[in-house]
Amino acid sequence: MSRKPYEKPMLVKHQLGMLNKFGSVPSVEPMVSIDGVAVAELLEKYGSPLFVFSEQSIVDKTEELNEAFKLRYPKTTVAWSYKTNYLDAICKVFHREGSWAEVVSEFEYDKAIHNGVPGSRIIFNGPLKPADALEKAFRNKSIVNLDNFDELQTAEEVAEKINEDVSIGIRVNLGTSATPPWGRFGFNLDNGQARDAVRRILAGGKLSLNGLHCHLGTFIQQPEAYQEQSAKLALFANWLREEHSITLDYIDIGGGIASCNTLHTQYLPGSQTTPPLSRFAEAVSSGLSELSCQPDDYPTLFLETGRALIDDAGYILTSVVANKRLPDGQRSVVIDAGVNILFTAFWYKHEIVPAQPVSGTPEQAIIHGPLCMNIDVIRPSLLFPPVEVGDKLVIKSVGAYNVTQWMQFITYRPAVVMISTSGEHALIRRAEELSTITDMEEVPGWLQD
Amino acid sequence: MTGNVRLQELAVNESGFVFDPHTGLTYTANETARYVIEQMKAGSAVENIVEGIKAEFEADGRDVYRHVLEFIHNLQEQGLSSLEAPVE
Ligand SMILES: Cc1ncc(COP(=O)(O)O)c(C=O)c1O
Repeated sequence: MSRKPYEKPMLVKHQLGMLNKFGSVPSVEPMVSIDGVAVAELLEKYGSPLFVFSEQSIVDKTEELNEAFKLRYPKTTVAWSYKTNYLDAICKVFHREGSWAEVVSEFEYDKAIHNGVPGSRIIFNGPLKPADALEKAFRNKSIVNLDNFDELQTAEEVAEKINEDVSIGIRVNLGTSATPPWGRFGFNLDNGQARDAVRRILAGGKLSLNGLHCHLGTFIQQPEAYQEQSAKLALFANWLREEHSITLDYIDIGGGIASCNTLHTQYLPGSQTTPPLSRFAEAVSSGLSELSCQPDDYPTLFLETGRALIDDAGYILTSVVANKRLPDGQRSVVIDAGVNILFTAFWYKHEIVPAQPVSGTPEQAIIHGPLCMNIDVIRPSLLFPPVEVGDKLVIKSVGAYNVTQWMQFITYRPAVVMISTSGEHALIRRAEELSTITDMEEVPGWLQD
Repeated sequence: MTGNVRLQELAVNESGFVFDPHTGLTYTANETARYVIEQMKAGSAVENIVEGIKAEFEADGRDVYRHVLEFIHNLQEQGLSSLEAPVE
């Protein structure tokens, strides 16, 4: 008699909402390949864990964003938000697809130049732009959005020093009915501070104002917020024209559009709750219809969309290292990717799927990372099929912020790979090794033997 | 092992649907889980249950002993089994 396939014995309690009337549990679809490349092949070649980026996904999302906005507001330009993911290869895909660079520090500015972006296609934001950095940006004719009155004064000094015509924009902050106040950056538009900044710029006579910038916040799922924002910016532009005869070159509405990830506080998956990019485009163009100028004078609309363009392009491939039963009876699956490389696990219920076909009854589990740290939890609770040590898993939609905010903590940061639009794959960042860390360190003479 | 009162009460059907008349809760048991429950009801010792599974299922290279112990422990934790795993 042939033996039946073995599954670990398992008894799963029926919970409301989890089962259909036949008592079966929803199945998890494995993801065995990414853009046609087998997950097993990638892990074999580059090691585990591993970040993988899909070039195709970046190309598709960028095209979707451009089409959605240009259809409604033709003078739209996308600037890639470096902080969201500034690996050179990633930035180069965005630049090849027509995106400018949006940077928030001198380091990012230098990285954009290093990536071959012309200075005039760099938008320089952020609350700290030292005089040297401002000088570099002004000489390169970059777009510079000033954050505060002190920076305004520094900018005037730099403009005087280099003795060139210098144009600047100002960052403003404003309230909408759908977003929490983000008053920390820029001049407040609602209380008149932004108007004071304009008067101050004009009084100084050393800078000309050519743009407005406003970044509302992040993971915004309400298109209405963008409608209110762009309408307020349009009305401010009208005031500048009427009161001060200033015609703006651009209005920059920042980033913040939600990706399709799911927040811990959300019940429904993000794929169902995040509106499509076209709804955001609709909202912005409707807000901008408040502009009173002639169509020829319409300002360029800059978008600094970050996470909505790159989240879905990124994956972490990881391996199961242990199965455990915790003292309270909960099942724990330990994997080799921790929160030091996936800090977005604190915000999102990242989708995690096996990379090989699975059988057996799914059971509630906690997914733990490998760090010696209690907070190393990748998913506090999800219904997950049985997995064995050595099984491979795919964590989805990890492309935003993780490879810029990751931490080297007790282990090495893993390799990062890109899969090209034609299905080739290549390293875009090597895995760290001992020398990566120790090369930065010095041992003073008195400790050397 | 008629002494395992709680387990004897469980109604387990062929498709793995488990009903606990005591609490009204329902569960799904996979095939190996059903096997373990039946064997426990019949009073088999852990070692025999493990051997039985290895004979009926393709479990080569799998740590069946650990899986069975964990399962029995789980039953107790859920209040479905009143006894420790019987050992020979
Ligand atoms: C000024 C600015 N622009 C763009 C972004 C990108 O935001 P997101 O990734 O939410 O689109 C940020 C993020 O905080 C930002 O501060």
